[in-house]
Amino acid sequence: MTTEPKIKIENLYKIFGANPKKHLPKVQHGMSKDELLEQHNHVLGVHNVSLDIMPRQIQVVMGLSGSGKSTLIRHINRLIEPTGGEIFIDGEDVLAMNDDQLRDLRRHKMSMVFQKFGLLPHRTVRENVAYGLEVQGVDEAERNKRSAHWIDRVGLSGYEDRYPGQLSGGMQQRVGLARGLATDADILLMDEAFSALDPLIRYDMQSILLELQEELHKTIVFITHDLDEALRLGDKIAILRDGAMVQEGDAQQIVLNPADDYIRDFIKDINRGRVIQLRAIASADALAAAPADAPQLAGNTVLEDALSTMAEAEGQTIKVTGPDGSIAGAVSLTSAIQALHS
Amino acid sequence: MWEFLTEFPSLGRRDLADFKNTIDGAFRSFSRAYGESLEIFFSPLLKFLVWFEKLLQATPWPLIIAIIAGLAWLGARSWKITVGTIAAFLLIGFLGMWEDTMATLAIISVATLMCILIGIPIGILMARSDRTQAVITPILDVMQTIPSFVYLIPVVMLLGIGKVPGLLAVLIYAIPPIVRLTNLGIRLVDKDVLEAADAFGASPRQKLWGVQVPLALPNIFAGVNQTIMMALSMVVIASMIGVKGLGVPVLRAISNQYLALGLMNGLAIVALAIIFDRISQSYGQRLQAHRGQGHE
Repeated sequence: MTTEPKIKIENLYKIFGANPKKHLPKVQHGMSKDELLEQHNHVLGVHNVSLDIMPRQIQVVMGLSGSGKSTLIRHINRLIEPTGGEIFIDGEDVLAMNDDQLRDLRRHKMSMVFQKFGLLPHRTVRENVAYGLEVQGVDEAERNKRSAHWIDRVGLSGYEDRYPGQLSGGMQQRVGLARGLATDADILLMDEAFSALDPLIRYDMQSILLELQEELHKTIVFITHDLDEALRLGDKIAILRDGAMVQEGDAQQIVLNPADDYIRDFIKDINRGRVIQLRAIASADALAAAPADAPQLAGNTVLEDALSTMAEAEGQTIKVTGPDGSIAGAVSLTSAIQALHS
Repeated sequence: MWEFLTEFPSLGRRDLADFKNTIDGAFRSFSRAYGESLEIFFSPLLKFLVWFEKLLQATPWPLIIAIIAGLAWLGARSWKITVGTIAAFLLIGFLGMWEDTMATLAIISVATLMCILIGIPIGILMARSDRTQAVITPILDVMQTIPSFVYLIPVVMLLGIGKVPGLLAVLIYAIPPIVRLTNLGIRLVDKDVLEAADAFGASPRQKLWGVQVPLALPNIFAGVNQTIMMALSMVVIASMIGVKGLGVPVLRAISNQYLALGLMNGLAIVALAIIFDRISQSYGQRLQAHRGQGHE
């Protein structure tokens, strides 16, 4: 099954400073971020990032502050112009667009949710949610109808006529999310959208997002510095450091095969039992050794939920089924414990 | 040699006189050539000013007071300010200054209106380009610091004595704050909000009218307030070149040492200033009332 990526980023570079173009070749020939800053007083924001973002998936981009993740996401809708590289959306070259085409892209193809909300303080909740539609030129009756729908979906009914300044942070970001959804764009860019919220509210917002995504199937690019958030939301996770991509893959790959010490450090405190799924450690060898009547569990069961079944099973081994119901392999209690502690 | 150090090596008296005469002559021929067309250019303004003044003076005084009290209520939503306004106007009328006050009110209103119409667009242009700002800022500095008598000279040479030159003098003095505060207000708009507008594909025009100007309104209003105050403070000087109003009796009081006359009319100007200030300020505050309210 091969689908075209919704967003394709190729060899993207961004250098901040007085004359970025001049220093681009040096970086392309291996100059590091620190050397560039020291010798030429230019800051390397994004360092040769290539990323294919598939449609209908949540792609998380993770990194610590200063890793260039917010810079990267702003290249997708060209709020920031790259120094080098290419960006395609649905196969269209974003960098070749003129102002009008770019405005059209931003109005219809994608919308954005911001860390600091970016709400218009002089407009009510309703007017804020309808902002994207207003920019598109949709008439007022239609705007109100559609914004009412999204205000209801994010659970803000009854607050339509309040101003953002009268709402709590979590409620403000619901407005931001509803504004992002109201234009029905395929792509939703979320720049640390939940990072400014306290943990409980952040968890709520993640739940709302996952719930909406189950029916909307948008292509979401989600920026975060929080690994738990990344593991919970991301179908795919890309990890950035110093503007460069360190590892890319799904949660299983990153937790089971960390690319380097930086990522190992990142993942050392997570609860592996809640992340690792059976399918990631199922093997044919264990299947050959497994008794014929071993219990079967779905491949996307996490280890934490599978351990007790495993312990009670004969030979302490279970069979793992794939998405189509066929047997994909087996997992023994020993290998499960190894996966938890490696 | 010593003489060179003690006496500044200035242009000779004759050269200096020639220099001044050349400038004066050039300006005089300019004003002879273009004075009339300038007067024609400004004649609609003059007609409007005269019409407005006549209107104010012809309207029965209770109606004027009712209208002003209504505006005060709409602007400030405060009983204190509204009642104070009514009392002040009653007292002004009682002390025989009604006619002059209406004349002053006319020129202040027209001047403020002109300042808004000219000043806000200039402020917007300044906010959109650093180069425009670099050009206009020093011009505003000169307008605010040059003694008003100095620019009265060319204005009077060009247009003679009368309402229009008076109005121009008021404009030159009163327009800088609204230009500056419009520029400042737009530049202070939160970058995050502007980025959000960009991300949703707002055009420059949509950003200006939908985001920047509305968010700059409290500052723009502070500018309007300052402009009104400065226009009022020009009333006496403007009366020197033929603008009727409260400034005329003040001028008469200065030359004849009439203490009571000067005080009464002076205080009437102060009363107008306080009323306009309170109304426009509380309106400006109301504009931003919904921001940050109840936000923890």
